Amino acid sequence: MTSVVNVKNVSKQYKGFSALSDISFQLKRGEIVALVGHNGAGKTTLMKLMLGLIQPSQGEVCINGQNPSGARGADVRREIGFLPENIAFSGAMTGLEVMAFYSRIKGEPAKKSANLLERVGLADAGTRRVSTYSKGMRQRLGLAQALIGHPQLLLLDEPTTGLDPALRREFYTMLEELRSQGVAVILSSHALDEIESKADRFVLISKGRLLACDHLADLLVKTGLPVQISVQVATCTTQQVITAVEGCADVDHRTEDRLRLNCPQRDKVTLLRKIVDLGDLVRDVEINQPGLEAIYRSLQAHQGREELS
Amino acid sequence: MNAIFIIALQEVLTGLRNKWVLSTTLLLGALALSLTLLGSTPTGGVGADSLSVVVVSLSSLSIFLIPLIALMLSFDSIVGEAERGTLLLLMAYPLARWHLIVGKFLGHIFILLLAIVIGYGMAALALALESEAAVELDWSVFGGLILSSILLGGAFLAVGTLISTLTVERATAAGLAVASWFVLVLIYDAALLGLLVSAQDGGMNSDLLNLFLLANPADAFRLLNLTSTETVRTLSGMAGVGANSALSSGVLFASLVVWICVPLCIAIGVFLRREP
Repeated sequence: MTSVVNVKNVSKQYKGFSALSDISFQLKRGEIVALVGHNGAGKTTLMKLMLGLIQPSQGEVCINGQNPSGARGADVRREIGFLPENIAFSGAMTGLEVMAFYSRIKGEPAKKSANLLERVGLADAGTRRVSTYSKGMRQRLGLAQALIGHPQLLLLDEPTTGLDPALRREFYTMLEELRSQGVAVILSSHALDEIESKADRFVLISKGRLLACDHLADLLVKTGLPVQISVQVATCTTQQVITAVEGCADVDHRTEDRLRLNCPQRDKVTLLRKIVDLGDLVRDVEINQPGLEAIYRSLQAHQGREELS
Repeated sequence: MNAIFIIALQEVLTGLRNKWVLSTTLLLGALALSLTLLGSTPTGGVGADSLSVVVVSLSSLSIFLIPLIALMLSFDSIVGEAERGTLLLLMAYPLARWHLIVGKFLGHIFILLLAIVIGYGMAALALALESEAAVELDWSVFGGLILSSILLGGAFLAVGTLISTLTVERATAAGLAVASWFVLVLIYDAALLGLLVSAQDGGMNSDLLNLFLLANPADAFRLLNLTSTETVRTLSGMAGVGANSALSSGVLFASLVVWICVPLCIAIGVFLRREP
């Protein structure tokens, strides 16, 4: 399948400062990729490169096989919907007027604006001036403008900022609908817990360098972070359990009737089998996979060690 | 072309919404009417027709006011969008960067055109109603005043737009806009006069003087309007300059057009290299 986005060995240098260094990844139709990184890691720079607003110092960026900063950059951008971080609009205009303006620039009929406003829950506020909108409403207006013209690629920089939990859920439902229509999505977010179940793959960046680009399961294997399994057992039987699972897991913490075990990802199933074999001795089992945040920290620490050595 | 028109229309709509158009039109209209109604009273004594008096008065007003209005309209056209955070989104849309500069310029010049035509038009209407021999007056001089006022505004809009692309903070752009108004409208003539006085022993020939006059849109405008007819030249005290100047009105109009095109082209060049 042809890649919608192809970022190949891209570096971006400013005077005396490297914003991005040798970044490569691809994105296919109907795929959601999350850009993960600390503030200033280079996420927004990467989005600007994909929009063709800046040119890479080295490497190349292709959107649907075309250079977004080339002569046909405007045509490339016609297929992209963009939601910048800290979205802002002219406060003197109403929501409908804002949508009509951006629709016209994209060559889309302004009359479709009302439908998009309805889709983001702003149908009733369309005739109000944007200066009266709350932050969450401006964010939703930003989402609506990003959807103008049925873009093939969505670049969403911190899309859920300012949205309450209910609106966040609606946003991710909408994202699933778009994915099913074949739209490729790149989103950046600091809410790692939130996006780890929403994205297909994760591009982890730190100080402008690519830490990893993979599925969550593969990232877990790559980092070698252990699974944490908490077991509740019959009183005074913890030693029996420890003996049974020996070789599969390390004991992280123990009390009279509870054990916390750290187990390598590859031994997870074996360990669970052993625990199940203990029968009535085991009262309860809880499995805690390391989250995206732990993975990011682990990869960042590894990068730090590499830099020192 | 479509994108330019959309940007221009948006600028005009924003100008209408935030009362820029209304306030500018009212300001120019009120001042033009005052000058027309009050200024034409003493014309009988000096034998000048009322239209010439109004043209001289409005020209003097335009030289100071129109550049200021134009700079205020344009100084934050790019830097303001960048500071408010709306520029990045706009640039992410399918339009070329020069579309943005030209579209904004056209929107601003349309606002100025509306204000000048309506404001000065009110003065012309008042004059026509007041004057007994309105049909005998040479209205082409008034038409020239309106056209050159729009071009003068355009020149300073272009300068303001250039300032807006060169700066990264609105405050800096505002400071530079005021400074450019101060230099081009107020200081330049005083400096030129000083130069002429110091070079009165034959140090400066008339070609060089003409070049200096063309090098400032405010001076080109002044020469165009204050030397347009014999009566106007006499009334404005420019009879000597007007009689000796080798600069035709065509050259002066062309100089104003150059003053629009050059800063605008530089602004586009600067903006093309700008990284958002």
